[in-house]
Amino acid sequence: MAMIVSDSEDDAYTERTALVQSENPAVPSYQPDSASAQRSSGRGSGDPAGGASDADDDELTLKYGAKHVIMLFIPVTLCMLVVVATIKSVDFYSEKTDQQLIYTPFTENTSSVGRRLLNSVLNTVIMISVIVVMTVFLVFLYKYRCYKFIHGWLILSSFMLLFWFSFMYLSEVFKTYNVAIDYPTAGMLIWNFGAVGMACVHWKGPLPLQQAYLIAISALMALVFIKYLPEWSAWVILGAISVYDLVAVLSPKGPLRVLVETAQERNEPIFPALIYSSAMAWTLGMASPADSEPESRTDEEEAEPSGEGAAAERRHSLERDEQEERGVKLGLGDFIFYSVLVGKASASGGDWNTTIACFVAILIGLCMTLLLLAIFKKALPALPISITFGLIFYFSTDFLVQPFMDRLSAHQFYI
Amino acid sequence: MTVAVFFGCTFIAFGPAIALFLFTIAREPLRVIFLIAGAFFWLVSLLLSSLVWFISVQETFRFAYYKLLKKANEGLLTLSQEETMPISIRQLAYVSGLGFGFMSGAFSVVNILADSVGPGTIGIHGDSQHYFLSSAFMTMAIILLHMFWGVVFFDACEKQQWWAVATVVISHLVVSCLRTCFYCCLHVLSKCRTEPSDFTRCRINRLGLYHDFDRNKHIFTFLH
Repeated sequence: MAMIVSDSEDDAYTERTALVQSENPAVPSYQPDSASAQRSSGRGSGDPAGGASDADDDELTLKYGAKHVIMLFIPVTLCMLVVVATIKSVDFYSEKTDQQLIYTPFTENTSSVGRRLLNSVLNTVIMISVIVVMTVFLVFLYKYRCYKFIHGWLILSSFMLLFWFSFMYLSEVFKTYNVAIDYPTAGMLIWNFGAVGMACVHWKGPLPLQQAYLIAISALMALVFIKYLPEWSAWVILGAISVYDLVAVLSPKGPLRVLVETAQERNEPIFPALIYSSAMAWTLGMASPADSEPESRTDEEEAEPSGEGAAAERRHSLERDEQEERGVKLGLGDFIFYSVLVGKASASGGDWNTTIACFVAILIGLCMTLLLLAIFKKALPALPISITFGLIFYFSTDFLVQPFMDRLSAHQFYI
Repeated sequence: MTVAVFFGCTFIAFGPAIALFLFTIAREPLRVIFLIAGAFFWLVSLLLSSLVWFISVQETFRFAYYKLLKKANEGLLTLSQEETMPISIRQLAYVSGLGFGFMSGAFSVVNILADSVGPGTIGIHGDSQHYFLSSAFMTMAIILLHMFWGVVFFDACEKQQWWAVATVVISHLVVSCLRTCFYCCLHVLSKCRTEPSDFTRCRINRLGLYHDFDRNKHIFTFLH
């Protein structure tokens, strides 16, 4: 059977690896003082109390930082759960196959270890260069405002994911559980799933539904990677892509950094199909718990009419912004690669300890990344720390802890 | 060995811990984070102790986590203008102990639970029928013990009562030895195949049975 030629599934993951603190879209740039002023919108009496507003600022960060961490833990956990559950129950995604993606042409069925290692490194090089080329191309298109092209590309890729890959997934699940279902019913299910997904992701839809579809898309993509990437190539690719992520987001000319900066300059949100947003959107007239507190404090502190006027005006401007988002955004590529790591860990052992260890490691890495985000307040790569911890714990659990546990069991000693 | 056994043993082993989590921890994001951090510290301690094998490594890590949390707490206190800290050291002790407990329990029982879903008969050669159930109860006890040890340990460190710290370490050792003796009396050691071949993975079941998992054909065969 021919190799799968997937041209448009590339973009599904190339540009999606970044972690951005989602601000009010009216942020002109991300200088620290203006960013903090925006975040504490409606509060503080301005320049004379600059020091106090900084301290309040930090306290607000810490108070609400934990909430944002949990708002990201839950979708990441759900995505990983879906992938692990599928891998453990549906054999299709974990059975060995000779089909490979066109991006990893070198086979790993060689006799010698050195040859296999070389092949996996070559596969990685090809894959990463494809990703780099695609990312640069996308940023190029974005910079020169070829929005129609980008939208078409994204629509095509999510169309393929939502219809074709989910149909494949559904048919494999039915095969596993030996459920007989006729084509019209299956067609109707897939049609409904896909159409609602396209509408939610690309147009408007309730936020939880959009989040659910983004998680589903990431899980499907991760499953495709788990199936078609050869063993060693997958691990090397995971390592290489976290290095690439670090470079692309932090270096001044890195494509992802350019993308985020351009989007912030133009006051546009980055395409919803590329980023998972945990935002709570406020509409006109709705009081937010975060802002009412500091504002009442401001009103009490400043009895002068000018202070009150300033506070009232700021509150007014807050209400004028219909949709102010406060939350954290995580790129879909991050979801995908976290799930690939955990899925590979559960597919290539039979062992649940390794899976749980990788899961906890990734969550802790995400937590630390979010801590750094709260400190630095600019877009950060979410892959490096988590993937590093995940890889360390995968290999160490597989090679050190498991024989250790077996030896303990053999000697009938338990810790 | 059915799904019923799987669910029964899962809920026995993790029931109290999950109840504690849902009622006291799930609503506070900060506590959830510290729980997962505690679990992570247990994992690191396991990694290191597989190189340097001893229970004291676990307790050392508990102490290290305590020191880290103290520093973090001081940091939080100086940063925030409020008088009360967002999370007290007692809550931290409880949460971190539970985190330790969750990971420890997961590592000791998850594989057994996964096996219990599949086909097979336990105790086929005259060993105990109650292997899964007793493992589940053991795990529940260990999880709750870790939580209690966490609370006592942190409190003792706060008040500089080193005899209490020693009590925690000694009781941890005693409990492990008791588990060993319990399983020794209950089971028979069997031969162990130490070289896994390409297609099968031998795991010593604690009952003294061992089973082959043939990944290519997905059959479980219980051999002795």
